[in-house]
Amino acid sequence: MGAIYILWLRELKRYVRSRVQIVVSLGQPCLYLMALGFGLGPVFQQAGHGSYLQFMAPGVVGMTVLFSSVFSGIAMLWDRQFGFLKETLVAPVSRMQIMIGRTLGGATVAVIQGTLILIICLIAGFRPHSWFAIPLAFLFVVMIAIVFAALGTAIGSVIKDMQGFQLVMNFLVMPIFFLSGALFPLANLPLAMTIITRLDPLAYGVDGLRGVLINTWHFSLAFDVALLAGIAAVFLSAGAYLFTRIEA
Amino acid sequence: MISVSNLVKKFGDVTAVDDISFDVAQGEIFAFLGPNGAGKTTTIKMLTTLLRPTSGRIELDGLDPTVKQKLARQRFGIVFQDASLDNEQTAYENMDLHGVLYHVPRKVRAQRTEELLKLFELWERKDAYVKTFSGGMKRRLEIARGFLHTPKILFLDEPTLGLDPQSRNQLWTHVKRLNETEKTTVFLTTHYMDEADRVAHRIAIMDHGKIVAQGTSAELKEQTGADSLEAAFLALTGSSLRDEGADSKDRLRQMAQMFQRR
Repeated sequence: MGAIYILWLRELKRYVRSRVQIVVSLGQPCLYLMALGFGLGPVFQQAGHGSYLQFMAPGVVGMTVLFSSVFSGIAMLWDRQFGFLKETLVAPVSRMQIMIGRTLGGATVAVIQGTLILIICLIAGFRPHSWFAIPLAFLFVVMIAIVFAALGTAIGSVIKDMQGFQLVMNFLVMPIFFLSGALFPLANLPLAMTIITRLDPLAYGVDGLRGVLINTWHFSLAFDVALLAGIAAVFLSAGAYLFTRIEA
Repeated sequence: MISVSNLVKKFGDVTAVDDISFDVAQGEIFAFLGPNGAGKTTTIKMLTTLLRPTSGRIELDGLDPTVKQKLARQRFGIVFQDASLDNEQTAYENMDLHGVLYHVPRKVRAQRTEELLKLFELWERKDAYVKTFSGGMKRRLEIARGFLHTPKILFLDEPTLGLDPQSRNQLWTHVKRLNETEKTTVFLTTHYMDEADRVAHRIAIMDHGKIVAQGTSAELKEQTGADSLEAAFLALTGSSLRDEGADSKDRLRQMAQMFQRR
């Protein structure tokens, strides 16, 4: 148990100590928020869908949590080859405990990032339909964080070098973001798109966030929660399995 | 303390470790010498539960590490060739974390950490981030950390690679002192013949996956009629170059050097 705690704490320390990193990683979602939020705003409004800022803010929160949690898992790649990971792999601690500590730590950092971005959205003019929605939104942030921290751990256990990392970023993480409904509504899409977006775990997270915050649902609360929980279980199992298979 | 019999490791068609056998007594300092690609690192990885042997027997302090992994790991410490410290934490935090992972009770942890950091002359920098440490300091910290849980065996994989003579000398002074006071068995691999000569009680020379000679430094010199260990080594392993390709680890290392802040 002590091992899980200290590895979790380590992820938090790393986050809190890198002030530049915090600012930089919040910069990208801010850019999307500002540029697209205010840029596409008028067009979205004209199309009769209301305020684009309101629409995309939950998406931006989801995006932040996605990137932060996957990153923390993939950062294992760095640790893996010639850093800290070997120290943990050779210690008399079960792989499971190490994996849980790291994954929970990465998820916690992602939740903090998501919360910070939510605050920034509020400053930018985003207004949830009810302030009681915030705790529920938090629930979705936590679930998204766990789902993708587990995915990050699974991927981080498999890729061995920077090229793998770039492949994953461009062909997995970016599509997950763009096809999640973070930036555009999932209704009335061509059949192919509808199918693909249904396969995107983040779609359920973003829909949950958006539903809870501004009461615009594409699926439903129960459906989103159930699906996210199920996907989290699958990814956590996959992550645990792959992590225990690492040969240092 | 360490007993290896007919150890073999194959990676597909390649036999990295080809039927080696050796014993290391308690409290001994044992050096494993060999050219690049001889199989030294593979052997250490098998001894330290990081790789499963293809066949053969290993016994560490009476335990089979392939069966009783956690128990065996508690008994040994290892300092890798590449630093395995957490650069974003302080020296003290690194020691503490190691202590938690190795189930050292809190009071003992604090006491041993202070003891070892003072011995390795790092106590003044205990609250400094490891990323601010020089190569020599990092290595000293890693070795101090390796001793934290009072292991029976300490594995050192090329411990002084890249260090200046003062650091190397100091490092071995401390290791030898701990070897004498705590009776820790030390198993090291190195390229530095002079060190192996000075420090090790017994030496094994490995080449192409096999052990070609074993014994004290004096015995090896006598066996090959050489006057220095280096000459004996070259006599046993030949003078041709052992070039290896850069593997993914080397590429990552190059990448890391690119991104390191100076």
